[in-house]
Formats: sequence, C-alpha cells, structure tokens
Amino acid sequence: MNKNMIITGLVIFVLAVLSPFWFNIITTTQAAPEPELLGRAKTTKKCVLDKYEMRANHMALLDEWRDSVVRKADRQYKAANGHTFGMSLSTGENSCLGCHEDKTKFCDKCHTYASVDPYCWDCHTNPKEIE
Amino acid sequence: MMKKSRRSFLKVAGIAAIGLGASPAINFASSDSHGTAHAVKSKNKEALHAHRWGMVIDTNKITDEIAESIVKACHKAHNVPDFNHEVDEKKYPDTRPVNHKQEIKWIWEEHFHNAFPDKEDEFLAERFHDLPFLVTCNHCKNAPCVQACPTQATFKREDGIVMMDFHRCIGCRFCMAACPFGSRSFNFRDPRPFIEKANPDFPTRTKGVVEKCNFCAERLAKGKLPHCVEASEGAIVVGDLEDPESEIRSLLNEHYTIRRKQSLGTEPSVYYIM
Repeated sequence: MNKNMIITGLVIFVLAVLSPFWFNIITTTQAAPEPELLGRAKTTKKCVLDKYEMRANHMALLDEWRDSVVRKADRQYKAANGHTFGMSLSTGENSCLGCHEDKTKFCDKCHTYASVDPYCWDCHTNPKEIE
Repeated sequence: MMKKSRRSFLKVAGIAAIGLGASPAINFASSDSHGTAHAVKSKNKEALHAHRWGMVIDTNKITDEIAESIVKACHKAHNVPDFNHEVDEKKYPDTRPVNHKQEIKWIWEEHFHNAFPDKEDEFLAERFHDLPFLVTCNHCKNAPCVQACPTQATFKREDGIVMMDFHRCIGCRFCMAACPFGSRSFNFRDPRPFIEKANPDFPTRTKGVVEKCNFCAERLAKGKLPHCVEASEGAIVVGDLEDPESEIRSLLNEHYTIRRKQSLGTEPSVYYIM
C-alpha cells in the first residue's frame, strides 16, 4: 500500500514537472521566424561572420563596431573571411541595411518574436522609413 | 554486485567533472570559425587627417546671409531639431508645446559682446556691434567638458576633435556646466517631431542626451570638408594647426586673430580673423 502510493505520487510528479513538454507536443507550436534574406543579401550570401555566429553574436559585433567608428574613426572592417564592410548600421552600400534591405523582415522579425527591443532605431534611421 | 568504495566513486566523479568543464574549450578550439579575432579595422582610404584640427573664421567675409546658410547646412545635415518647425500631428500626435529655451544648436550667430565678453572695450569699433559672429564648439585643447564627463561619452580624439559618443551619454549635463562657451545642448524631449526631413546619413538623437558640433567627423572620414566650410563661401577654413605648412597656419600668420575666452586656458581651436 505504502509502496504503491509512493510510486503513483512519483508518476504524477514527473508528469506535472514535464507538463511544458506535454503541452508543446499536444499543441501546434509556432516555429521561430526565419529572418528573410532579400535583395543583395540574398545574392551575395557573405556576411561578416558565418550564419550561426552572426545569429548569436551580432550584438557584440555591433557594439565593437560602434566603439571603433566613434572613438577611433576606423570605419572599414575586413572580416576574417576576407570581405570588407563599412562599419555602419544604416549608411552606405556596405552597411548592415545596405545589404539586408528590409529592416522589418530582417531585424524586427526575430526581435519581435524574441521580445527584445533594442534601441538602435531610436536614433539611427532606416532610410526606407524617411519619406 | 560490484562493490564500490566511496573513494573510487569520488575519483570517477571528479574526472567526469573536469571532462564536462573542458568540453566548451575543446569545442571552441576545434571549430573552424575565426570569429572576430582575425578581422582588421582601418580608416577609410579617402579620410582627411590632421594632428590637431582647427578652424579659422574670417569675420569680414561673413554676412547675415552666409551665416544663415551655414547654420542651416549644418543643422539640416546633422538632424538638429528646429523647434519652430510645425509638428506633423498625424505622425506625432499629442506633442506637447515647445519651450523655446530648450533650443538645440551646433553652430549659431552671436553678438560680439556675447561671443567675446572679455574683449568688449569701451569704444569698440561700431561695426562689431552688428556683425554676426558664428560660434560653435571650440574643440579646445584642454577641453573642460572631457574632464567633466563621468562616462567618457565626451572624449578627445587623437586628431584634436572633441567628440561625443551619443550611445554612452547618460544626460547628466556636467559637460554643459563645464563648457564656458555654451556649445552644448540637451535634448529635453524627443527631437524627431521637429526634424523637417531627417538626413539618413546621420543619426538623430533621443531624449536625454547632450549634443554639440562634431567637426563633421563623419565627413572628414569620407575625405570631405565640414558643411560649414562648404557653405561659407571661403569665410571658414579648417586645417591642421600643428602643421606649419598648412593653409590655416598661414592665415593665422598673416592676420590678427582672436579666440573666445582665451584667459580661461582651455585653448580653443577656433580662431576669428578680425
């Protein structure tokens, strides 16, 4: 009797603890959105770092770029893969937005999904949004 | 059943723990990505260089029209808000009324007795009373704002330009108290509703940061001269103060020039030909 009680209790406990997983299996989950590559980004296919590193570390890279441009006036970035980029978020052909043309379909897509709200665009302007 | 002593169990557990700890390091070493370590940062090839940037303003050549077009060119290019601009109610609803004491300016016209309070002689030549004197950040050699800034958002570049890192400004306004020239303005509110047409090549600012003239660092990097020089029709010259062969030094050699509040010892880099 005692033994059975304990085992039932354990089973209920494990089921309860793993409930998020059960919930996810039962309901249709919304897959994380893929940022869309459009225009130049689609054809060039060569970013500063490889895809996975970019995904994980783009914020650190942008932070490094910002310090370099503002404080040292170094504006050209020759990446380890041999390609040169202009260290800028939104100005010029070789900037982030120069290649990834659509901010809403690239930056915002993931940021909205992940519920992060970077304040880049409080100051920097998306050339497309200026009419 | 195998009998394990506590001792041997601890040994195995210890080794396993080391292995777990080492795995990220091994993964990192075996990955072929170079990351950012091998990247090379450099200046634009066309960038203009100087040991110490300076400016000479020929007050004889500056008329009201020229002064106005200089101010306009600078403020337009740097997205400096104009609080006389009528706000687009659809885009920015509920914008509160403007307080004109909170104006923002990078370069502006000033009367002689305000620009040079220590040089106001009793019988000053009359023409000086009406002449427009353009004043801006003096990019001082011993800039008090740089010393006052607690976050190093304001700093001195190697080429003498006193720069601001807007990202880093916390809006404490110590620099504004420190600057004897009133060259700095504070964003008491979001400037965007008051920018007629934003220039996409330069960021705007947000509420809560200080801003001032940056000697057009973004243009020097592209090999171009500052906006004020271009709009001045020859009245403003910039160049290397440390280079005895430079145009600016020969101008200083040929003319009598004054600087603002020289006695304070901040060593301004903006000279006025009288």
